[in-house]
Parts: sequence; C-alpha cells; structure tokens
Amino acid sequence: MDLKELYQEIILDHGKNPRNLRKTENFNKDAKGHNPLCGDKVHVFLKIDENKNISDISFEGSGCAISMASASIMTDLMKEKKEKEVKELVEDFLQMIKESPEMKTKIISENEKTKLMSLSGVKQYPMRVKCATLAWHTLTSAMNNSQEETNTEKFD
Amino acid sequence: MNINNIKKQFPIFNNKVHNNDLVYLDSANSSQKPQMVVDRIYDFYTKEFSNVGRSVHYLAVAATNLYENTRTMMQKYINAKDPNEIVFTKGATEAINLVANTFGQKFLNEGDEILLTELEHHSNYVPWHYLRKLKGVKINFAEINNDGEITIESIEKSITPKTKMIAITHLSNVTGAILPIKEITSLAHSKNIPILIDGCQGAPHLKLDMQDIDCDFYAISCHKMYGPTGLGVLYAKKKWLDALPPYQGGGGMIREVKKEGISFGDLPNKYEAGTMATAQVIAFGESIKFLNQIGIENIEKHESELTKYGEEVLRKNNSVKLVGNPKNKGSVLSFTLDGIHAHDIATILDEDGVAIRAGHHCCQILHDKLGLSATARASLGVYNTKDDLDKLNESINKCRKIFDR
Ligand SMILES: Cc1ncc(COP(=O)(O)O)c(C=O)c1O
Repeated sequence: MDLKELYQEIILDHGKNPRNLRKTENFNKDAKGHNPLCGDKVHVFLKIDENKNISDISFEGSGCAISMASASIMTDLMKEKKEKEVKELVEDFLQMIKESPEMKTKIISENEKTKLMSLSGVKQYPMRVKCATLAWHTLTSAMNNSQEETNTEKFD
Repeated sequence: MNINNIKKQFPIFNNKVHNNDLVYLDSANSSQKPQMVVDRIYDFYTKEFSNVGRSVHYLAVAATNLYENTRTMMQKYINAKDPNEIVFTKGATEAINLVANTFGQKFLNEGDEILLTELEHHSNYVPWHYLRKLKGVKINFAEINNDGEITIESIEKSITPKTKMIAITHLSNVTGAILPIKEITSLAHSKNIPILIDGCQGAPHLKLDMQDIDCDFYAISCHKMYGPTGLGVLYAKKKWLDALPPYQGGGGMIREVKKEGISFGDLPNKYEAGTMATAQVIAFGESIKFLNQIGIENIEKHESELTKYGEEVLRKNNSVKLVGNPKNKGSVLSFTLDGIHAHDIATILDEDGVAIRAGHHCCQILHDKLGLSATARASLGVYNTKDDLDKLNESINKCRKIFDR
C-alpha cells in the first residue's frame, strides 16, 4: 500500500466534489461530529420515514480529502437503506477500517464494497484513521438521537 | 558556521524515513536533540544518578551541584539578575499555569481583566480561562493586523483601567510574527501592569536578555531548545516569586511542617515541589552549551537567511499561499494550498521524508480569525538548509500533481 492507493481517483473525486453536501429539508434526525486533531467537522442530516427507511441523508462540513470522501461515499450508500441495515453497514465498515481485510455484509454489492475499500488505505496512516471514521460515528449518533457532539478522540 | 558539522551532531539524521533522508521541518513543535544532550542523560543514569537536594551522600551532593549548575547556566544564558529567578517546570505550559494560578489567587478579583492576543497558543489562554470561573475575571484579545502581526498600537488600544495582567507571545508559532516585547513591556509598566511573555518560540531562536526586556515573567520550553522533553523554565522577577504563593505543595518546597501549620522554603525550592526532572535539567545544561558553542547570533542569522529563502521559494510557487506577512518574522512558514487540506499535504509530504505539522497548531482563536480550519507549517531549526526548503517545495508540487490528476 502506498500513497497512490490512499489518494486514488475515487477518493480524490469524492473528496473534491462530495455528493450529498447539503442539508436535507425537513430532516428528523441529525448529529454533529468533530475531529479535534485535524479540525474536520461534519453535520449529518437524516430523514427517516414511517417504515424506518432512510428517505434522505446529507451532510455539511469541511475537512481533508479522506474525511470528505468518506462522508460522500457513506451518504450515497445509505440512501433507501433500512435503519437496521445502516447499523450493520456502519459496524462492518468500522471493522474493515480497524482490522478486517474485507467487508462481510451482504447488503451492498461487490462494486459498492470496492468503493468503501478504497478508504482502507488509511490503515497505513494511523493518525488518519479518524478522518475516515468521523462521518460514520456521527451517523450512529444521529440514529441514536444523541445530542452530544461526536468527538473522534473518544473512539479508538 | 558549518551546517554540515552541526547537522552531524544530531543522530536522528542518520535514519531514513520511508527510505528518504529526513527533512525535519517541525522544530517549532519540538526540536531534535544533539548527541551531547542524549549522552548526558545516559551518563547521568549510568554513572551519577541520585535524587537532588535531599540526601547528603556523595552522589546526592554531586547531582545537586549539577542540577544547580544548569540553573546558573540558564540565568546567564538569558541574563537574569539572580539564579533564583529561574524556576524549573515540566514545560512552558506548567510555567504559565504557575503564574496564572498563583497570580490569579493573590491579585485578581471579579471584574479584573487579562489582556492576551489573538496569536496565543492554547497554553497561554487556557490557564487564564480558568480564572474566568474561579475569579470572574474577563479576558480580552488584542487583534492582529492584516499581516498577522501584533503592533504596540493594538496592545495600547486594548488596555483598560481594569487590565491587571498582559500575557503575550514573543514569536507567533503560526505567522512567525516577532512582537516588540521590549516596547510592550515598557508600555505595560508605564500603566503598572505586569507582563508575561510566552517565550516558547523566542528562546530557541533569538538572543534573550531578561534585564533588558524587563518583563515580569518569561516562559520557556526546553524541548524546543535542543533539550529534553518534560522540562520548562519559568523566569520570574524575584519580587514576584517572593510575593506569590507556592503553586504545588509537597516535599522539597517546605521549611517546617507541623500538624498546626507549614512554612515554605526559600527560592527556588518554593516552586519546585516533589522530585524534579533531574536528568533532564542536567542534560539541558548541554543544550545551553550547544547553543553557546554556535552562538545565538549565528543561529539568528542562519535562520533568518533560511526563512527569507523559504519565503522566496514558496512565493514563486503559485499554488502556495503563505499565512501572515510580518515584517519582523521568525523561522515559521505556515501555508495553505488551494483545494488541498493541510492534513492531506502533511501525509503526502511525509512520504518523501518531509516532516511538517498540519492543523491549527494549538491556535484555534487565530485560525478562526483567519477563516482557516487548518494550515500546514514548516518551521526551522539550526540544522536546516536551503536544500531542505527546496525539497519542501518539490514535495508540495508532487502534492499538487496528485490532487490535480
Ligand atoms: C507558543 C507556544 N506556547 C506554549 C507551548 C507549550 O510548551 P510546552 O510544550 O513546553 O508546554 C508551545 C509549544 O507547543 C508553543 O509553541
């Protein structure tokens, strides 16, 4: 794994032109996350319908290419997912970023998994892991209706 | 002055980083250590170790003398009047906490004001912040100008009849601005206000003369001065060390301890409670020797030439925006690249062995003011060369290439 693999095209593409970088109208859940070391900030907005489907997800924020790409790819994938599926995906992604060589979930396609795996390059850069996980921890806080700002320093 | 010979004294440069020579541009964060400092720590622990100031056996007496010898060396190095005006702490952070805590306790009351600047490191803000809750004091910030400088006018404008303490940096660890501390001290004293200088970035790079500056307090971080970590120095005028209460209580700082009451020891023991960073203090004596061997004037000249060169090279590079443009500038080059976050820059530079710092450098107030969430910072030490700055520039270009693909 070298730098080219960390800063590969898909990450630069999402990092420079993040998808879903806006604020969902009539959102019913949201949470803020902050990575004090880097200054990365995200605010995740969710609209969950009566069937517990995510009918829209978006985010606002600023940060490095890794954190923006991660939030962008994440929000793309979570649309139309059920609440339960979101939880499974977040867990599987965090597992992969921390230690697992691959993602186990069957909820998303191989193609989508490849997209997420592009973020696995941060494993070589321990100080940057938090950049990749910030949006995901923040999404969990939003789902749990947690009022406290997510702070990556509290996670390993 | 032969930089190659100086660089050879730093064993860290024998190592490769990602198979590249190390280009160390993070000295404002912490400097590398010369062999003589490293050896001194080893020798002390292998041949001379004892705790200081307590036992009367041979080793204890010798260690105490070595420890006190560094105090005298430091006194001379910064031209303090009295060796007892040198207090060892665990860092500049503790030195500032010591002053904020004891001065606040004794002299500050509700409604009193403390004047800082927008350039301050969190270490020279957070310790004063505690006094907001504890004492109901108010904190004011003198504003920077467009070049990222603090002028004497900006300080003068911010002083009110309630200002009871001025605490300012000597040299900004972000914009590199060198503050006119002698003039500001004289202004403060004309209004009967004591002044603390956060000298973390001044002490490793500039000639210091406490009697000439005449400040009341000056905080120093030894690990940025080619010395060991876990050590700082508080210079304080004797009248303050006599007047202020002790900071921490414990062994070594007392005269008599009874069930009914305690009396405190004389200076400098009054402020050095518990077992101190003995090996570090003794090894720091070697850092002072190292600086004296080269001569601080020579260091100033070398670093100022390098800073000018670095500014030139980076200005020519169209993708680089330098942060701040102070007329009197220390060896700090903070910058941004359009569309590339500082942490991405730092990771890409690291691959080439170029070590810089990215983030807010413990100066969130300043970054908020500048409207930047993070900046990249290259900072220099005595061992840096023009070649290092060329390598920095090349790596920046590589960064641009990766992002513009
Ligand atoms: C301007 C400034 N003040 C204070 C500090 C803190 O110094 P220390 O690490 O000795 O506590 C630093 C170092 O990061 C600094 O650059």
